[in-house]
Amino acid sequence: MAGLRRFPAYLRDRQEEIEGHARAYGLDFFPIIYEVLDYKTMNEVAAYGGFPTRYPHWRFGMDYEQLAKGYEWGLQKIYEMVINTNPAYAYLLEGNSLVDQKTVMGHVCAHVDFFKNNYYFSKTNRKMIDGMANHAALVRRHMARHGQDVVEDFIDTCLSLENLIDPMSPYISRVAPGRDGRDGRDGGDAEDGEGDDVPRLRAKQYMDKFINPPEYLEAQKKKKDEEKKRARRRFPEEPQRDVLQFLIQHAPVEPWQRDILEIVRNEAYYFAPQAMTKIMNEGWATYWHSTIMTQRAASAAEIIDYADATAGVLATAPGRLNPYKLGVELFRYIEQRWNKGQFGKEWEECDSLDAKRDWDRRLGLGRRKIFEVRRLHNDITFLDEFFTLEFCVEQRFYSFGYSERSGSWEIQSREFKKVKEQMLRMLTNRGQPFIYVEDGNLENRAELLLRHAHDGTDLDLAQAKDTLRSLHKVWTRPVSLLTRVEGKGKLYRCDDGNITEKSAEYPA
Amino acid sequence: MSQRIDLDHGRFRQIIRGKIKQNLRKYISQGEMIARKGKDTVSIPLPQVDLPRFKWGDKQGGGVGQGDGQVGDALGQGPEKPGQGEAGDRPGEHMVELEVSLAELAEIMGEELELPRIQPKGTEKIIAWKDRFTGIRTTGPESLRHFRRTFRQALRRQVALGTYDPKNPVIVPIRDDKRYRSWRSDPLPQSNAVIIYMMDVSGSMGDEQKEIVRIESFWIDTWLRSQYHGIESRYIIHDAMAKEVDRDTFFRTRESGGTMISSAYKLCAKMIEDEYPSELWNIYPFHFSDGDNWSIDDTHACVELLKQKILPAANLFAYGQVESPYGSGQFIKDLAEHFDEDERVVTSEIKGKDAIMDSIKEFLGKGR
Repeated sequence: MAGLRRFPAYLRDRQEEIEGHARAYGLDFFPIIYEVLDYKTMNEVAAYGGFPTRYPHWRFGMDYEQLAKGYEWGLQKIYEMVINTNPAYAYLLEGNSLVDQKTVMGHVCAHVDFFKNNYYFSKTNRKMIDGMANHAALVRRHMARHGQDVVEDFIDTCLSLENLIDPMSPYISRVAPGRDGRDGRDGGDAEDGEGDDVPRLRAKQYMDKFINPPEYLEAQKKKKDEEKKRARRRFPEEPQRDVLQFLIQHAPVEPWQRDILEIVRNEAYYFAPQAMTKIMNEGWATYWHSTIMTQRAASAAEIIDYADATAGVLATAPGRLNPYKLGVELFRYIEQRWNKGQFGKEWEECDSLDAKRDWDRRLGLGRRKIFEVRRLHNDITFLDEFFTLEFCVEQRFYSFGYSERSGSWEIQSREFKKVKEQMLRMLTNRGQPFIYVEDGNLENRAELLLRHAHDGTDLDLAQAKDTLRSLHKVWTRPVSLLTRVEGKGKLYRCDDGNITEKSAEYPA
Repeated sequence: MSQRIDLDHGRFRQIIRGKIKQNLRKYISQGEMIARKGKDTVSIPLPQVDLPRFKWGDKQGGGVGQGDGQVGDALGQGPEKPGQGEAGDRPGEHMVELEVSLAELAEIMGEELELPRIQPKGTEKIIAWKDRFTGIRTTGPESLRHFRRTFRQALRRQVALGTYDPKNPVIVPIRDDKRYRSWRSDPLPQSNAVIIYMMDVSGSMGDEQKEIVRIESFWIDTWLRSQYHGIESRYIIHDAMAKEVDRDTFFRTRESGGTMISSAYKLCAKMIEDEYPSELWNIYPFHFSDGDNWSIDDTHACVELLKQKILPAANLFAYGQVESPYGSGQFIKDLAEHFDEDERVVTSEIKGKDAIMDSIKEFLGKGR
């Protein structure tokens, strides 16, 4: 690896010191391997999402350019990176002051502790460095065989579908047992017998048309057909959230294309838990680096520099949610509540504000509680459970939105209920719309129908149309998306790159 | 490893180049590029290159913030929403400023317009040879002996032979050990070129016409600069009289009065005669006018000047006629009449900003 510096002995000493403190506090982490990188290499590694080996793709180059510019113009600097593997790899920026490096090490210890112990990371591949390298090798091989442009183009296509996965699926089983073992795509039509089996009352022939009037028979037949239609097996049986998986299983693609789809999906699942726990993860790491630094590791001479750097990390700007700040404050709030025993039935039912303010049972359970929280929660459950009225007021949260009237973004509310609702909505499905595969054999024409489960926010239509085109490239048959735009149901259909739009019924 | 990101980065730049190429016509006709010119780079606003995703539209979104402010207060800058990358106030129109060097831009333009490389006139004039030490060889004058390399060679030999004694580290180089610096003489080719811009600033040339000239000369300049090492630009304005001005004045002056194109050609011919001997210089006179000359006599004078003085010296004489509501547009026809066969003369009618691209292609498409 070019630009790699050996890990100098003086930093190794600091590592031992910091890790000693961290263990003493009860943090439990994989072995950590540090590497000191110059800023160029750091930007490079960051562009590759922390991994030194990724498949070749231009967007890494784009990210790199942005990072490099940000650094050159002095707008941003990456202090540290850590990868969720066992052993964990962490990168330090060459030329940072010793205080910074110590802070970062504390931060990294807590990240790795979180990776190791948080439930949502329990299913990730801890050998992902190898995984990524294998992906890269495979992609290169396909490029050598099929041409770089062709493969890169298909990667573009797949990446625009990258977020259509089911991030919760590793932890639960969604597949209901099938009614019968048949595959949906080829079934369905064959059993259409004659529609003549409408039950008749037995009658003599001359009486037949009175006893079994033709209108009645017709109606019966219609009803039956309808029933049959309804009973025809749906495909997929339940709406499927893992669109990528559906495509891998059912889209008529070449084997190499299937490989690319699988790679993109696999990496998306690898990164998903990090997106799902961003606030907690950063909060936890910040909590511990500050605890370690202020209580143990920073010398009197270092404390100002430490405080300055941390203040930068925790700064808030209007209209931005700083995950470091929110996370660390919430962990501290939980710790304090459990230290004072502010929980349980009695606490919940207490109506007296005074009593609540002075509530202190001196239980000292705070540390234990936050360790438990870091093991069990993800961002949504974390906030749902612990983002309380008091916390919201104390931390002065507000919700904002776009005001058509003034044409700008403005603060909309400081009401707890609204703020919390907005917060949870932002975090649900990592802030992305829910898209389901509704029907893989629409109108029995092997067309694909997706449904956007509308939850109050319309899709970005320009992007949605382009995404439909990507989808069409994979599925090859026409692809449709059912969504709601400004309260009205709309069906967008992509056939050979042309998008048509029509009104449609959107099930409430 | 640094190689790997370089590949991906190069790939990204390639995509960007493609985008610029696609939109080149727009950039060229808008002229906004010139305003963004730095020293040798321009920054180009590009729609963000991004992969489409199913995602929420911006306006109905919103988020949660923390800190001061009353309900109804505007938030300074556009907020960023987690998991959505950047969110501006205009969805789908995120612009990225991209720095591109002028040389690269010229190359992109050359590719897009299929401009041929210019063959400089005559053989490339070699002005100087430059010696550079580039390597090591085993023979040479003692004055160029490379002490360290020689020493190392000798040391290596002695160690290999076992005659090296660490206690008494005496190194005696023999003939085979000696290493000398070697050099290479690189020719410094220097083809000199001059562009002489002439513009009609008589009353009939309005601001819009001048803007067109300005944009077009910017691009011509950019291209020719990419083709020659040293290039000079001279500027002449004329109405009934001609005078040389600096670049700034060239594009800003507005005179009134009649038009005698010959006055400009006279000055141009004199300039060439006095300062740019044609065997040493590649000369590019460009003339822009609305084609309304004072008299037929003057037009004849122009033709004579071109034939006798300017054309023999110039690589290319280019005449661009900008359409104006006042001009008769006769001059281009006169030129065509006299120089139809002569491939040193290129004329082009520029109907509006959109025609600039085609005009540039006409001017430079011959590769002269």
